[in-house]
Amino acid sequence: MKPTLDHYLVVSAILFVLGLFTVITRKNAVGMLLGVELILNAAALDFVAFDHFVAESRGPAGQVFVLFIIAFAASEAAVALAIVLQVYRSHRSIAVDELTQLRN
Amino acid sequence: MARVDFAGVAFAALALLTLGSAAIVAFARNVMHSAMALLGTLCGVAGLYLLLAADFLAAVQVLVYVGGTLVLFLFAAMLTARIDRAETSNAPLVTGRRAAKLATLLLALVLSVVAIDTTWPLEDKTVALPSTAKLGHALLGPYVLPFELASLVLLMAMVGALVIARRAVKPGPSP
Repeated sequence: MKPTLDHYLVVSAILFVLGLFTVITRKNAVGMLLGVELILNAAALDFVAFDHFVAESRGPAGQVFVLFIIAFAASEAAVALAIVLQVYRSHRSIAVDELTQLRN
Repeated sequence: MARVDFAGVAFAALALLTLGSAAIVAFARNVMHSAMALLGTLCGVAGLYLLLAADFLAAVQVLVYVGGTLVLFLFAAMLTARIDRAETSNAPLVTGRRAAKLATLLLALVLSVVAIDTTWPLEDKTVALPSTAKLGHALLGPYVLPFELASLVLLMAMVGALVIARRAVKPGPSP
């Protein structure tokens, strides 16, 4: 049985949902950001699957979008982890449910 | 003799690797285990890209994601987790966990049913490999403006991350 578009979409849906579950239930901010990476990968997998299977006449649009997704994921991770690092320095904790202080 | 279906076997193995590692990311109680399991997910997705005839993307996924972003995550995890609490460094929320499980399970069902029930405008097209030249022409043709903007965003993210993450320098006596 050759894998069809449906197979890839289901795998991507499960990957997305696992990422969403990670973002919802983790207390550790780094753990939450790992979930964001799962979600981004699920979206990118959808883009490539549609690029491969679905009618498309104007060049490799899906693959180009995935390149942008990877670039923005890298910059998102860099900035978010810098913020997490700074929060850890000032609070000695990155448990997101303990960070309730807005100033001072 | 039954014909061995390599595409199906490869897809099943890669999907298993991807989703199994993703489950570890979602459920492990040690943040280092979660971060290392992301390696399996990223490599599995790179393999799925190869199956989808996106060879350049698979290489970029391994180079940028595994070589760059994942290492960044490992650094952050090591710098922010206390070593004596590593076993519970990624503890889940106590309240609302069951509700989250139920909601995400329902969402998975809905997404899968929608994906399967919809009739997509499928098309048999001949795939030209390698895809690198095609992508290069697209990036410097119709997508040249987003491409240049992406480089600007990357520069800003780099400078921003440096500014945010540095320690405050105490004004000392000038030499």
